[in-house]
Amino acid sequence: MLRLEKLVKTYKTGDQALKAVDLEIPEGQVLALIGPSGAGKSTLIRCINRLVEPTSGKVYLAGTELTGLSSGALRRERRRMGMIFQEYALVERLTVMENVQSGRLGYVGFWRSFLRKYPQADVDEAFRLLDRVGLAHMADKRADELSGGQRQRVGICRALIQNPALLLVDEPTASLDPKTSRQIMRLICELCKERGLAAIINIHDVALAQRFVQRVIGLRFGAVEFDGPPEALTPDVLTKIYGEEDWEATIEKVDDEDTIEAAE
Amino acid sequence: MSASEISLEARLGQPWKKPPFIQRPWLRWTLIAGFVAYLIAAYLTIEVNWARVYDGLERGKQFVLAFTSPDFTTRSSDIYEGMLESILMTVAASVVGIAISIPIALGAARNVAPLPVYLICRAIIAISRALQEIIVAILLVAIFGFGPLAGFLTLSFATIGFLSKLLAEDIESMDKVQAEAIKASGARWMQWINYGVQPQVMPRLIGLSMYRIDINFRESAILGLVGAGGIGATLNTAFDRYEYDTAAAILIIIIVIVMALEYLSGIIRARVQ
Repeated sequence: MLRLEKLVKTYKTGDQALKAVDLEIPEGQVLALIGPSGAGKSTLIRCINRLVEPTSGKVYLAGTELTGLSSGALRRERRRMGMIFQEYALVERLTVMENVQSGRLGYVGFWRSFLRKYPQADVDEAFRLLDRVGLAHMADKRADELSGGQRQRVGICRALIQNPALLLVDEPTASLDPKTSRQIMRLICELCKERGLAAIINIHDVALAQRFVQRVIGLRFGAVEFDGPPEALTPDVLTKIYGEEDWEATIEKVDDEDTIEAAE
Repeated sequence: MSASEISLEARLGQPWKKPPFIQRPWLRWTLIAGFVAYLIAAYLTIEVNWARVYDGLERGKQFVLAFTSPDFTTRSSDIYEGMLESILMTVAASVVGIAISIPIALGAARNVAPLPVYLICRAIIAISRALQEIIVAILLVAIFGFGPLAGFLTLSFATIGFLSKLLAEDIESMDKVQAEAIKASGARWMQWINYGVQPQVMPRLIGLSMYRIDINFRESAILGLVGAGGIGATLNTAFDRYEYDTAAAILIIIIVIVMALEYLSGIIRARVQ
């Protein structure tokens, strides 16, 4: 569904953020991207929808090559890639509904969006999505009135209303408390399952990633160090990705949390 | 050499002093001595003709006393016409100036506009800011003749330089991620501006616009002095005729209007946050 071929990104400063990354993601697979800060995780997902222009390499989304597209064609392809951001990235002075509807901008003309006259089908879908994440009653609130967890739910709605085939998720839980983090991760993974979406999730919390995803990619210095199922993440592997540290606690925590969850 | 090498025992019981702002003593003392010498020299160059001041005090007193008996009535129709002209000039110049400023501000923000557009828009701003209002007014009066048209054009021109520059700076310092999120949805450029940029800079735009209306009104009182219409012309005439009481009346009206605008802009800025 998504295929990266020898993707390279070298910043103007000379830092090589990605070194010839090859990656293939089948339809409907939820994948976690882990790695230390500065390993190129954010750069990788931003190179896919070209918020960051890759230096070289190819990106294929369902057969369409993205890196060579004109700006108009790129806009059309961006509609099929929903993005969820670390600090939510809602437009704070717009209402919740406007923020969700902004996911439809690639489909409606300028005047329609300027006058906020969205097609009824879009409005209905927005309410359906907001209801799904439990925020339908917040539609007319301004985005900056919401709590972190609520904002991220709006961010999820905004990505989903694009009717994407792929979700690009950049540190969805980095600014959330542990409980909200789990709820948000669960919500994203459930929605991906419901809609058969593939997703790339950048995440720092290894334990959280292990709980929810089917496949883990470990990135270090812009290169893929590990590619496998979450169970295969052993202390040795984590040392290879992050460097020397006592990893037993991190991995065991998964089981602990499971028992707590079960006990609840 | 460094402080950290002194043992803890030697430090305990010693007072602590903030390290001086300028580390090198000779440079510090040279600067202080230079500053004092400058103050003395500056004081010595002030030349005051005290006899002239004594004569002038009488005129000054008359002018100040005129404020106790401002004359709104004698020249009321002149004042009314001048005031109306000033207000019309202010409103028209503000509307036109702000409308032109917005696209120029977008073009002058490096994170929104491509380099050639950026350079052109920055050049327009630089020209507008480099030319002082009075100079522009004199030029435009020479072209369009006496009257409010020259004043209106001057104020519009000055508004562009002021508003575009400050708005462009606000656009450049906006939160990039919010705008990025809109771009990621496949929005076209205009939609991106409308959804990603505009909401972020709107309060600043409204605040600056109110402030500029305020400035334009005050400027319109000055522009009359060079024949560009408005209340300034009436004020100038009053001074020429030594009608200090009429001049006082005009100044009081200007002060009241400026204060009212200030108050209004305060309310509006608080509301749009």
